[in-house]
Amino acid sequence: MKRPRFGAWLAFAVGVAYFAIPLIGTVEFSLRIRRGTYSLDAYGNVLSDPAFWNTFGFSASAAVATIVAGTLLVVPTAYWIRLRLPGLRPYVEFITLMPLIIPAIVLVFGYLRLYNSSSWLPMTGAPWSTDVLMVAGYVVLALPYLYRAVDTGMRSIDVRSLTEAAESLGAARSTILFRVIFPNVRTAVLSGAFLTFAIVIGEFTLASLLDRPAFGPYLQLVGANRAYEPSALAFIAFAVTWACMGLIQLFARDPAARSVKV
Amino acid sequence: MSFLAIEHLTKSYGSNQVVQRFDLDVKAGEFVTFLGPSGCGKTTTLRMIAGFETATSGAIRIAGRDVTHLPPNARDVGMVFQNYALFPNMTAAGNVAFGLKVAKKRAADIKARVAEMLDLVKLPGLADRYPYQMSGGQQQRVALARALATSPKLLLLDEPLSALDAKVRVALRDELKALQRDLGITTVFVTHDQEEALSMSDRIVVMSEGRIEQLGTPFEIYNRPRTRFVASFIGTLNIIEAKVVDARAGAIRIGGQDARVGRQVSVADGADCTVALRPEAVSLQDPGDGCNRIGGTIQDVSFLGAVVRIKVGVGQARIMLDRFNSPGLPPPSPGERVTLHFSPDDLVPLDAA
Ligand SMILES: Nc1ncnc2c1ncn2[C@@H]1O[C@H](COP(=O)(O)OP(=O)(O)OP(=O)(O)O)[C@@H](O)[C@H]1O
Ligand SMILES: [Mg+2]
Repeated sequence: MKRPRFGAWLAFAVGVAYFAIPLIGTVEFSLRIRRGTYSLDAYGNVLSDPAFWNTFGFSASAAVATIVAGTLLVVPTAYWIRLRLPGLRPYVEFITLMPLIIPAIVLVFGYLRLYNSSSWLPMTGAPWSTDVLMVAGYVVLALPYLYRAVDTGMRSIDVRSLTEAAESLGAARSTILFRVIFPNVRTAVLSGAFLTFAIVIGEFTLASLLDRPAFGPYLQLVGANRAYEPSALAFIAFAVTWACMGLIQLFARDPAARSVKV
Repeated sequence: MSFLAIEHLTKSYGSNQVVQRFDLDVKAGEFVTFLGPSGCGKTTTLRMIAGFETATSGAIRIAGRDVTHLPPNARDVGMVFQNYALFPNMTAAGNVAFGLKVAKKRAADIKARVAEMLDLVKLPGLADRYPYQMSGGQQQRVALARALATSPKLLLLDEPLSALDAKVRVALRDELKALQRDLGITTVFVTHDQEEALSMSDRIVVMSEGRIEQLGTPFEIYNRPRTRFVASFIGTLNIIEAKVVDARAGAIRIGGQDARVGRQVSVADGADCTVALRPEAVSLQDPGDGCNRIGGTIQDVSFLGAVVRIKVGVGQARIMLDRFNSPGLPPPSPGERVTLHFSPDDLVPLDAA
């Protein structure tokens, strides 16, 4: 009994050290902007920089847009595949995994070739249309997480019976989707949404190459020009991600989730 | 004047024809049951009536309107499923209100109707419960209230009681039947449980391999099964091989002894035929004139509590009979010679096949 427990604790300790030591180092470094004493000045500098708030706001809006667009794309798709086209499931799953295999840089170069200002659809011609293109790209990057989360959520309800029950009560497709299916996969959509938020907030490649004022490129800019502030920023970014994870846990415990399991 | 008319309905999956030329007329207010073994096409037929499956050919009319190609949400049909299919995100009241909200009824009317329906299924206190907070029987009552709330023209039930345990099943069965009679709603019920079918239905459709084997009242189906399949599917039954002596007069021989059948036999003189005989129609006492009398030897006696089942050998044939237990009359023992008595009308000739 004693030995395996010791081994398990050792593995746990190594795991914690692996994640914690760099983080502690980063935090400790971010506090040393003044010689000889710890202070929060680096955080003050970061938080008082209007560029921080502008880029963070921009990326947060982009994340929300991505979540809305992604959800409206993924939920009906996953629903329809479960209901009518189960044969297509392996293919759709494969397609949604592509963004994990193909680097974002390839995606953005493809976009730039297809939609540059001299192309048939000059999406990069104006800032707003570039934003649309960027959000579209983010939806692609978020697909693996969103699709998997939603599909798992749908597995726990009997999509087919619920659809048929609603149909026999006179409901049209859109009513079924928004009143029956969406509420029952809400928890799944939310967990996919928070993951999406975490991805989009720190995303660099797309935003940088499309030249949008996002948080990722700002992180890079500060990192290249300052000493202590990047560590403070890194820790703030971490905290945001953690908050997202915490929210996933919180919403996963909501009563609707329990009803879904029965 | 039939309320639900099904004409020449067929359904094929690829080359597999699972429903074959199904014809049925259901009168308004009638309770019709599809009964048959697993895989005989009961669910498929019901789902075509509901609109969840498209018919390969044939027509379905509800209240004179051809609905064959209408989507389910335009058919005005209430459906109850085996697995309840309640919306997990809504309370009992929310579930019952769903169809009314879809129909854009006024909020006050919806509230009144929901309360009325929950009263009807005897769940007035559970309006705010979620499905996961209710028992199976309660969930199925809510599902029934939900299906009836919009006052559909037709109620379809696919094995609604199969997921429940035996006691609840019998209680809900009787309530369901009473409710149906009170509301006068035309109902099609699917089951593979013959007791459910016999106790609830006005008429039963016995199905086998996608075809209708027999259509009739529970009394007809039970007492006058037309085919061997129906005879063996419903209740316990003696199936006896016999020889026809005079087809017109209904004279046959069972195990070398003469017997009479109450009606004509559609087999040539001298040929073999099959007759069915319910165990409860056979008696050891002589009830008087006009009955068949056949001698045999008791082979086996099983004591089942209220009844005693006795197996008697008659030549090559074996006939089972049931006798009520009576404390003053000990069961006979194997080896005894007895005479079996039964009315010619209880001897039912079966169609070949
Ligand atoms: N989608 C389908 N594709 C192919 N064959 C099907 C399909 N649905 C049903 N079948 C076949 O049709 C036949 C009838 O099925 P159905 O579900 O109507 O049977 P059932 O009488 O309701 O049986 P049970 O009592 O088991 O519910 C079965 O042989 C089944 O395999
Ligand atoms: Mg079935």
